[in-house]
Amino acid sequence: MAFRMGNSSTKCSGSSKNCLATGNKFSVLVVDDDPVVQRIHRVFLNRFGFETQVVGNGKEAVDLYCSGASFHLVLMDMEMPVMDGPEATRELRGMEVSSMIVGMTSRDRDSEKQAFMAAGLDDCRVKPLTADIITSLLHQLNIKYQY
Amino acid sequence: MDVVSQLQRQFVDFTTSLYHEGFLDDQFTQLQKLQDESNPEFVAEVVSLFFEDSENLLNNLANALQQQIVDYKQVDAHVHQFKGSSSSIGAQRVKNVCAAFRNLCEGKNLDGCIRCLQQLKLEYSLVKSKLETLFRLEQQILAAGGTVPSMA
Repeated sequence: MAFRMGNSSTKCSGSSKNCLATGNKFSVLVVDDDPVVQRIHRVFLNRFGFETQVVGNGKEAVDLYCSGASFHLVLMDMEMPVMDGPEATRELRGMEVSSMIVGMTSRDRDSEKQAFMAAGLDDCRVKPLTADIITSLLHQLNIKYQY
Repeated sequence: MDVVSQLQRQFVDFTTSLYHEGFLDDQFTQLQKLQDESNPEFVAEVVSLFFEDSENLLNNLANALQQQIVDYKQVDAHVHQFKGSSSSIGAQRVKNVCAAFRNLCEGKNLDGCIRCLQQLKLEYSLVKSKLETLFRLEQQILAAGGTVPSMA
């Protein structure tokens, strides 16, 4: 399966944790409207060897996929303007996108997580993004994308 | 004790107190670990982004709560963003006030929201001043030819 990035200039540091057997890196799309979160997520994920792209709401994520880009992992914030996480997730699944989509909620409420999962997520985590969460997602990605 | 050791001691004591008093949590430590030669000013950049973002959000919140008919969904959206950014940099006390604020929005409690906004402004200005002091101490250590102690 080929994965293509949208337009982006990202600096990536290598990490042996983040390489498939073929030596390719995982690509991640961060979908979040807050500039502080965007900055932190980008550096954090780059440190773990991801190729990272960032957009500000669900519609931009859907538009990227429509333009032909795709990613191994999508980190989807729940609450965003224009198009929120659950709606963007439903749209992507409707387009038969099979990327791993992980929701990021700001409250640890079962009802919220369940509703978001029902939109088509593979997993749902509570913010903030931590090294432990990234490590666990990498583990899941290695299993999903074992060639 | 020479100047550098004195400053380093001050830095360690001050940082410890910030964690102890709940101003910062482990997320701040995680950010510091991300700073390296390829991102030498990362923490300062992110914190200054946070200051800008926060000041906008506090203004937006004040405006939203002053409307004739308060749109609680809009207020909640601003608080949500503030909660996200404060939790991402480890500003624990700010994050906690945001959590309480969201509950007040859900309850459409105007007086509660107004009081909470005051609390939020206070907690934000406290953490801002603490972080500015922290960066000043770092600069002083570096200017005196020392290295900044790692708290990780």
